[in-house]
Amino acid sequence: MITTTHYLVLSAALFTLGVVGVMTRRNVIIVLMSIELMLNAVNINLVAFSHQLHSAVGQVFAVFIVVIAAAEAAVGLGIILAFYRNKETVNIDEMNLLRW
Amino acid sequence: MDLIWLIPLLPGLGALVNGVVGIRAFSKRTAGLVANATMAAALLLSLYAFWQLLGLPAEGREHTVRVAPWISSIPLALSNGTVGSFSIPWGFRLDPLSGMMILVVTGIGFLIHVYSVGYMHGEPRGAYARYFAYLNLFVFFMLMLVLGDNFLVMFVGWEGVGLCSYLLIGYWYQKKSASDAGKKAFIVNRIGDWGFIVGMFLIFSTFGTLDFRAVANAAGAMPVESAAFGTLSLVTLLLFVGATGKSAQIPLYVWLPDAMEGPTPVSALIHAATMVTAGVYMVGRNAVLFSHAPMTMEVVAVVGVATAFVAATIGLVQNDIKRVLAYSTVSQLGFMFLAMGVGAYAAGAFHLMTHAFFKALLFLCSGSVIHAMAGQQDMREMGSLKKYMPVTYVTMLVGTLAIAGIPPLSGFFSKDEILYRTFLENKVIWGVAVVTALMTAFYMYRLMSMTFFGNYRGPAWEHGGGHGGHGAWHGPHESPRSMTVPLQILAIGAAIAGFVGIPAALGGGNAIEHFLAPSFEARATLSEAAHAAEPGGAPATAGASLAAAAGEHAVTPSSSDEGGHAAEHISWAGEMGLMGLSVLVGIVGILTAYRIYVRAPEIAERLARRWSGAHRVLSNKYYVDEFYGATVVSGTIAGANQLWTVDRVIVDGAVNGSGWLTVFSAWFSHLVDKYIVDGLVNLVGAVLEESSFLFRRFQSGLIQNYALVMLFGVFTFVSVYLLVR
Repeated sequence: MITTTHYLVLSAALFTLGVVGVMTRRNVIIVLMSIELMLNAVNINLVAFSHQLHSAVGQVFAVFIVVIAAAEAAVGLGIILAFYRNKETVNIDEMNLLRW
Repeated sequence: MDLIWLIPLLPGLGALVNGVVGIRAFSKRTAGLVANATMAAALLLSLYAFWQLLGLPAEGREHTVRVAPWISSIPLALSNGTVGSFSIPWGFRLDPLSGMMILVVTGIGFLIHVYSVGYMHGEPRGAYARYFAYLNLFVFFMLMLVLGDNFLVMFVGWEGVGLCSYLLIGYWYQKKSASDAGKKAFIVNRIGDWGFIVGMFLIFSTFGTLDFRAVANAAGAMPVESAAFGTLSLVTLLLFVGATGKSAQIPLYVWLPDAMEGPTPVSALIHAATMVTAGVYMVGRNAVLFSHAPMTMEVVAVVGVATAFVAATIGLVQNDIKRVLAYSTVSQLGFMFLAMGVGAYAAGAFHLMTHAFFKALLFLCSGSVIHAMAGQQDMREMGSLKKYMPVTYVTMLVGTLAIAGIPPLSGFFSKDEILYRTFLENKVIWGVAVVTALMTAFYMYRLMSMTFFGNYRGPAWEHGGGHGGHGAWHGPHESPRSMTVPLQILAIGAAIAGFVGIPAALGGGNAIEHFLAPSFEARATLSEAAHAAEPGGAPATAGASLAAAAGEHAVTPSSSDEGGHAAEHISWAGEMGLMGLSVLVGIVGILTAYRIYVRAPEIAERLARRWSGAHRVLSNKYYVDEFYGATVVSGTIAGANQLWTVDRVIVDGAVNGSGWLTVFSAWFSHLVDKYIVDGLVNLVGAVLEESSFLFRRFQSGLIQNYALVMLFGVFTFVSVYLLVR
């Protein structure tokens, strides 16, 4: 029997993977993908609780998050493309235009 | 009669049109037409108004028209401690005196306008319109002066004629002497105007009004100042200072001879119809005041006769035809003031009128002569012009005989009346006046002799018209009709104008004296008579005191035939004797001049040599101009220099000092700004910049650093939440 706890463990594992990806990788695209991972971990969490509490609110939030994730991916990729055209790199350490 | 305000307005309108539009756009013909048409209209209106005036009963011949308020009620403190209200209407008064004056001004003014059309035809178009604009303006102001019913309206005209004399004397302003003469006339008049203004102030502060009739009535109620020098004496003396300026009396007569720099018709206008008669008119207008100030009257009489005498002696030796006439005007004005001074106001005004005729005539004739001689004014370059210009000769002869006092021409009656009244007052002054009359006849006939008789002494001219184009001089010639017709009209006037004042001794009624007399008396108007019904009212007192004045003091007889006149009446035979003497004097003067200048011109030269000292003094006009130049003018200039020094050192010093102070304080303020205000701002910036050193370390620019910090933050908050809860 798969309980809510299983879902939460999976979600926590996925979220941790995302965080580690964001912290450690130097490629912006991979950082972006890691952020997607974190978003989806949250989604799993929401759907799990929705299932447990027999409430549709969590699923509605999940759908919202999917939409936001899509928009975020589009905007993020656009920024990366523009950045790449200027700097010819996608290394995140090169992205420091706003430092003093 | 309610339209009398139109009389001055019409020439004013002509001046406006010619001055604004005419100078730029009008042809000569249009400009002349506008000026002449307005003058003709004013003349017709004047004639109509005068005719209406004659239709009134003698006592009611006074009509006042108040067109509009000018200055409405300003409270001003009076000398008696009360508060008066200073309010002035644009008021015009028609009475016998102003009625006579408007006829003289518009009538003679109109003839001079007509004459000018011919005389000025050589002027360029714009200057021609300008000339007529000034001429109209002159008449406008003179009519304001004459018709004004209070001192202030009169003063508008008074100043206006001064301005116009400046404009017209300086008409040929490119000529230095002309513009100088214009300035001289203006400035000398200013000195006189000072007296008039101060007199006006004093009148207001004494009587609380500037209305002629009200002032005359109030003054009539005051006692005659025969013993002490009182307010009325001071007022009249100040007014007389004004009159000496305008009417060219000693000591302010110097401008008039120089005024000859203007065009000749202008001289005629100034000398005959306008300007110089203003002073005489003003004294006549304030006859009641003068009658109550016997001391001033003596001054007026003495100044008048002295001016007449001095000017006549200068006139004896002048060689410029216009200057002779100018000095003769000064001299005749002296006669008029003499008449005013002995209380013969009507005789003075009568002489003013006859003088207007024959002096306008003489000036226009001299203009005709000058025109014929192509601008030559020196009589030594003339002679024998009789055969070239017969009309001018005859008319000028009429004028000369009139001024010399040959009966029955007009000058005889008026001058004889003055001499007769002077004889009654003071035998010494009378003697001087008779000598002056002798000199008048002499120098006028000298002028005739040198101009029209004897041999021609001028430059030769080319006979035939083959040589030279337009404007070449072909010798003396008679003037065009627009000039000779006014001469003829004026000659008729000069001949017959005296018949309105035939003295009683010759069987006449002396109509003009009876006609003018009401203007010189204190008398309530019809509306005021009702007010004065209370005891001690103005008219009764005024009449009584006037009669008393006339009776008790011989120097100030009333102008009406009762009173002083009756008190010192001399026999019919005596009067005829005086008359005969004045005729004799005229004839002797003429014959002497004829003998010296026509029969034997060498006598004149011999006399000039023998009396060379006197001759030089007279030729140089007693060095009065030089004297004034050395004292008044250079004194004024020295004073101006002193003031300039004060200006330069103190006023400019103060200005420069304050400028320097401003520059210094600006420099100081700049230092404060730079080091204190800017310093503070920079200090704040520097402090912030230095202190930001620590915090900017956090701004590493590494996104993952930020993310890590964020993560730690989340961990921290969550841990705190979990543990502390």
